[in-house]
Amino acid sequence: MRQFDRREFLRAAGGAGAMAALYGCGVAGSKASGHVVVVGGGYGGATAAKYLRMWSQGSVEVTLIERNPRFVSCPISNLVIAGEKTLAEITVGYEGLQKYGVKLVHGDVVAVDADRRSLKLASGDTLSWDRLVLAPGIDFMYYSLPGLDNAAAQETILHAWKAGAQTLALRKQLQAMPDGGIYALCVPKAPYRCPPGPYERASLVAWYFKQNKPRSKVLILDANEDIVSKRGLFMKAWADAYAGIIEYRAQSELRDVDVANRTAILEFDKVKADVLNVVPPQRAGSIALQAGLIDVNQRWCSVDWLSMESTAARGIHVLGDACFPAPAMPKSGHMANQHAKLAAAAILNLLAGQRPSDQPMVVNTCYSFVDNRNVIHVASVHAYDAQARTLQPVKGAGGLSSAPNEMEGKFALAWARNIWADMLG
Amino acid sequence: MNKTNATALAFAAGFAGLSPAPAQAGDPNLARNLSATCANCHGTNGRSLGGMESLAGVDKNKLLDKLKAFRSDAKPATIMHQISKGYSEEQLDLIAGWFAAQK
Ligand code: HEC
Repeated sequence: MRQFDRREFLRAAGGAGAMAALYGCGVAGSKASGHVVVVGGGYGGATAAKYLRMWSQGSVEVTLIERNPRFVSCPISNLVIAGEKTLAEITVGYEGLQKYGVKLVHGDVVAVDADRRSLKLASGDTLSWDRLVLAPGIDFMYYSLPGLDNAAAQETILHAWKAGAQTLALRKQLQAMPDGGIYALCVPKAPYRCPPGPYERASLVAWYFKQNKPRSKVLILDANEDIVSKRGLFMKAWADAYAGIIEYRAQSELRDVDVANRTAILEFDKVKADVLNVVPPQRAGSIALQAGLIDVNQRWCSVDWLSMESTAARGIHVLGDACFPAPAMPKSGHMANQHAKLAAAAILNLLAGQRPSDQPMVVNTCYSFVDNRNVIHVASVHAYDAQARTLQPVKGAGGLSSAPNEMEGKFALAWARNIWADMLG
Repeated sequence: MNKTNATALAFAAGFAGLSPAPAQAGDPNLARNLSATCANCHGTNGRSLGGMESLAGVDKNKLLDKLKAFRSDAKPATIMHQISKGYSEEQLDLIAGWFAAQK
């Protein structure tokens, strides 16, 4: 066991001159000081780590703990499944954070002690913090699907809902599927990560079939009452481009899986597929459970929307998909990035002995591909409502694309490039 | 976005929603924080890697004119008409000033 000490940290952080160049102008000197540990280097955590360093002009120490060697993006990963992008094109390294002086630790957090303000890594190392940021993403509730509740089953019946090896494995299953086969996609009840994601995936698999295996079918088994996001736009896209390929079934909640027969077991029906893709029900990442932060429906972490501080433990801020969302707030990478900036600003105020801003705002945009080029979006702007003590969608703002279009196909890819740089570059 | 979509969205959200808040003076980081809500698309501190316009160092009045044109639907857009309506004129003024100052 050892502690990372301050001198070691400063060495990792690089020279002060180099840092000043990065911070730009117009920011008054921050009085914030202390050590912030960020757990999880996804859309939320990586952004928080970078902005804490950038906005404090290096006065706050930041350690980012991430288990994966590189970041692989969930947004755009459906294009990899359709064969339109490679995994390398949606993968970004963590090196970019070095120039901000973020200290990066690759490891797994096994225990969080909120009272002692310290955590323990699988390696045995411990770290202590003045403020902790937990951005653990989601974990799957496989225990609700007994047939899938073992590692071997999960390698056969894929989720591909965390990008990486599973993304490529699903691509391979689709490639190996004979023409005339059925790809079935099980969608869990909302809330889940990326509301339009399943419908984008169905569209892109249908697009791949249309080019390569035109007799094949896409069957969506949706646990929800109806299409959860961009309903009209997806329905129109499916009618226009994928009639006879995509079949949508609402209120078809998965109860269990017969793994050997690739069969989805519903309440009144069994559906056999050639490729069965199950997006399981989700809850906040396990470390949030261990830390005692899950306080809504045994699934999500509720937060104070002025600071993203957990309502279950002082000094710990929770970001991204793990949060119990504010009204009409989706679980998306874009939103996690916005949570991160809200939290970073609040934490720097708190570390300087000031109250967080009383008027935070966040924006969301989800772009979805309906084929290899045409895209639709949903956007919303959310502002703090002091009376309701939550972020609320701003009236008259936000909305949807009017129709799938190629211009937004270009913007969606530009969005990806810029948001990846906003978190890691 | 057409009215039907906007209404559908508001209903789907199940909330009447808020009107844009007036910006309060006195918070030295307010302009910085508001501007950071644009950075996912336009790049950190308004420096885009391409595909979306950079906002850093652009003349404040030019930015404000464009934002107001988006806000009033005078300037055609795929998304900025929807995003700009989420901010009050005072907030847009702060944001435009902040990006203009990023050299
Ligand atoms: C989801 C991505 C996204 C976000 C978030 C976003 N923009 Fe934009 N912005 C765009 C796109 C796309 C365009 C091109 C016009 C269009 O199609 O809407 C654009 C265009 C602009 C332009 C016009 C640029 C030019 O020179 O023509 C300005 C100014 C601008 N945005 C400012 C902002 C500001 C300020 C914010 C934050 C309040 C913001 N944008 C947030 C995507 C975004």
